[in-house]
Amino acid sequence: MEMTQKQGTIQNHFFSDMSVMLGRSMRHIFRSLDTIITVTIMPIAMMLLFVYVFGGAIQTGTANYVNYLVPGILLIAIASGISYTAFRLFIDVQRGIIERFRSMPIAPSTLLWGHVLTSLVSNAISLVVIMLVALLMGFRSSAGILSWLAVVGILALFTLALTWVAVIAGLTAKSTDGAGAFSYPLIFLPFISSAFVPTRTMPPVVRAFAENQPVTAIVDSIRALLAGQPVSQDIWVALAWCVGILVVAYIFAMRAYKKRAS
Amino acid sequence: MQNIAIQVNDIQKSYKKLNVLKGVNFTVDQGSIFALLGSNGAGKTTLINILTTLLKQDGGTAMVNGFDVASQPAHVRQSFSLTGQAAAVDEMLTGRENLIMIARLRHVTQPRQVADDLLTRFGLTDAANRRVSTYSGGMRRRLDLAMSLVGTPPILFLDEPTTGLDPEGRIEVWNMVKELADGGRTVFLTTQYLDEAEQLADHIAILHEGKIIASGTLMELKKRFPPAQKEYVEKQPTLEEIFLAIIGKKEAL
Repeated sequence: MEMTQKQGTIQNHFFSDMSVMLGRSMRHIFRSLDTIITVTIMPIAMMLLFVYVFGGAIQTGTANYVNYLVPGILLIAIASGISYTAFRLFIDVQRGIIERFRSMPIAPSTLLWGHVLTSLVSNAISLVVIMLVALLMGFRSSAGILSWLAVVGILALFTLALTWVAVIAGLTAKSTDGAGAFSYPLIFLPFISSAFVPTRTMPPVVRAFAENQPVTAIVDSIRALLAGQPVSQDIWVALAWCVGILVVAYIFAMRAYKKRAS
Repeated sequence: MQNIAIQVNDIQKSYKKLNVLKGVNFTVDQGSIFALLGSNGAGKTTLINILTTLLKQDGGTAMVNGFDVASQPAHVRQSFSLTGQAAAVDEMLTGRENLIMIARLRHVTQPRQVADDLLTRFGLTDAANRRVSTYSGGMRRRLDLAMSLVGTPPILFLDEPTTGLDPEGRIEVWNMVKELADGGRTVFLTTQYLDEAEQLADHIAILHEGKIIASGTLMELKKRFPPAQKEYVEKQPTLEEIFLAIIGKKEAL
């Protein structure tokens, strides 16, 4: 009886502590709005470039290239957005604020979860702005509410998975530049996928890579959902990738966090 | 008989091949000010990190407030707060927000009230709504000390509390530490300044090359080591005294 009571209070504190941490890093975001703006503008610029400069020459087999492009642009936005999570966490480590929290009677993972939830919120803000610009550029969707919910779910899961990768980078980086640099390959991945052009025009080796990396499965699923088409088994491949990355990254992130105390 | 706040038995720690702590022993009485004196790299911060559960020792045991740091870290963490070199304040938040954040994390009943009281007590009311990144070194250290008083933990660890402060800031911190100990708290501080240990501590231990080479009250240490010598010299003011006198005059104007 006493045991369960004790666990109960610890649970309660976990959520209240985490909300304090979330509030803290959200304040950081709103006091450095330039980070959100950077994260939002880069994908928008890319979208403008691809639609109005390259788009005319790209044969996707669809009438509306903006519709084709949007899923990939969203993933690029997420990949660049999470690099700021790594950056903020690295600053916490470097300044020593993390040591203060770790020396206090609070659940050890609350600081990390605070950063992770902040990443979800700030990426959601960027994605909403990008979608609004896409609408202005002619994006249209016939998807129903369930399909939209599925899209939001996949994007949230993808953000969550990559954010935990960012946590590893933030905890183990040796410099500010290093903390952000891990995201460059992630930003680049959509280019070697079905995000901008169909994979069938690519040479065999590149095509094999493109079709078997996570971005293609995720992009194809989101595209089908937004177009109101039936999704193929792509969605299971996409979910498997996201959950797989999430689990592995979470384990390594927690290990990196605990390793600081050995 | 006095109760023991901190007991350290044969603590050892090495980083790869570097043997930092080679069997450290001492006890700290409840309600006293204990100074761990040592030069840079002597292992002071390593020891404080072990006592505050940030680091695990390789050998030996340490008890803080009756709890074992290795096997009961959660209980240990409820017994102390840590300030100084190892722990920082949040630069993006204001002074008040920093205090409220810590008050919430320590689950005190009225976080805002606690924050306001501490701001007043540490002379930070005017700066309360400014971001900490605009604070001077002395103000930051005051905020840092204020943060470690939230929730009134019985033991305070101060890791080099005056390093990097100007003479006025140092004296300010000294006065606060004395005040805290008068209130019944146990203060464990590390320092590389001899005069700081002399000014503050009831008990001094000297850490050198991973071992405590001397330990006792100031009087005991004085008796044991260099024999007292009588010298007749004209008492000249120190540069510090001159500096403080000039500054004091200016502020009086």
